[in-house]
Amino acid sequence: MAKHEVKSPIPGTFFRKPAPDQPPFREIGDTVARGDTIGLVEVMKTFHEVKADADGTITGFPIGDGDPVMPGQIIAELD
Amino acid sequence: MPINVISAGIATTIQDLGRPGYYHLGIPMGGAMDRLALRTANLLVGNDEGAAGLESVFVGPELEFTRDATVAVCGAELPPKVDGEPRETWTAFPVKAGQVLSFDFLKSGARAYIAISGGINTQPKLGSRSTYAIGALGGIDGRAVQPGDTLPLGNAVKAVRAGLSVPAALRRAPSSPAELRVLPGLYWHRITEQAQNGFFEDTWKVANEADRMGYRFQGGRKLEFVEREQPFGAGADPSNITDACYPYGSVQVPSGTEPIVLHRDAVSGGGYFMIGTVISADMDLIGQLQPHTPVRFVRVDMEAALAARKDRAATMSAIREALS
Repeated sequence: MAKHEVKSPIPGTFFRKPAPDQPPFREIGDTVARGDTIGLVEVMKTFHEVKADADGTITGFPIGDGDPVMPGQIIAELD
Repeated sequence: MPINVISAGIATTIQDLGRPGYYHLGIPMGGAMDRLALRTANLLVGNDEGAAGLESVFVGPELEFTRDATVAVCGAELPPKVDGEPRETWTAFPVKAGQVLSFDFLKSGARAYIAISGGINTQPKLGSRSTYAIGALGGIDGRAVQPGDTLPLGNAVKAVRAGLSVPAALRRAPSSPAELRVLPGLYWHRITEQAQNGFFEDTWKVANEADRMGYRFQGGRKLEFVEREQPFGAGADPSNITDACYPYGSVQVPSGTEPIVLHRDAVSGGGYFMIGTVISADMDLIGQLQPHTPVRFVRVDMEAALAARKDRAATMSAIREALS
């Protein structure tokens, strides 16, 4: 299957977990459907969900939990 | 004939040039954070410079037009599309009844100003259509634009040429690091000489808490205060003062750690000392800074601040000239 990149539309700080004491939304190897939440971006005192815009299996997260993110930056790779 | 809002991005608000005159009552001036961008977008579509448009932060809306109009997008590089076809920023383009205006990923800057011929014609509140969301004033019911809203349009006042464009030399983009010029203020003596120098030497970064009320910065050294016995009415922290007025652009530094530059929707007073004020010529630029952008504060005197204001006015005149 073709590779697909899920990008953040907004700048801020990227988080893979819904809360610090909870497990990540998704792990490498998980299958996701279009519309599933992959992570959160915090900006302007609010958290915005970043959702998968295609179906697939997660092959990587090129960005770490808590890292700064820029608009258009890849947050997850799907196969 | 209105515009139908299909999606609204994360923070799209109706803004004009604001409602000056009520700040002493605690109601901020409001209005576009990048005033030059809104004025320019309006000129491109034949509106008065102060007509109401949309201010979109990071993510643009999807708008369905029910009448033919001319549109311009200025400020951030948020690439517009008409029925999926790319259009230029800083340039007037037509949108026909039934077409959908949408946007690609943000390329640079933070706030795009979308002007539509005729302007957005919601009911003014205290002399302005600007949305002051935490005060529930202006805009549509005092809030940001939402999917399902309809935006009423006024009548176009002037015929326009599609394709009219702002010359590249007149489009200001932030340098890296961005430089914000600051005039030291009334409370400058409250910090040590080392802290005074450190504030201007350090490179700061825009924090995630960066919105219409204020922009927070992180990463520089903590400010050390000159010891004193706190005056009557001031809090116990050395960064506290007896409550005072906060000017637009003032830089408060709670506990001496993270400077906050107050912007268009700021609170009008309080008990934090202010290191100084960002000069008016650089306030538009703040509205275009993304989180994590490196920033230097540059010390200027009143003469330099006034010269910069004159330069900024000359740029706006040049834009008027180019678009007339």
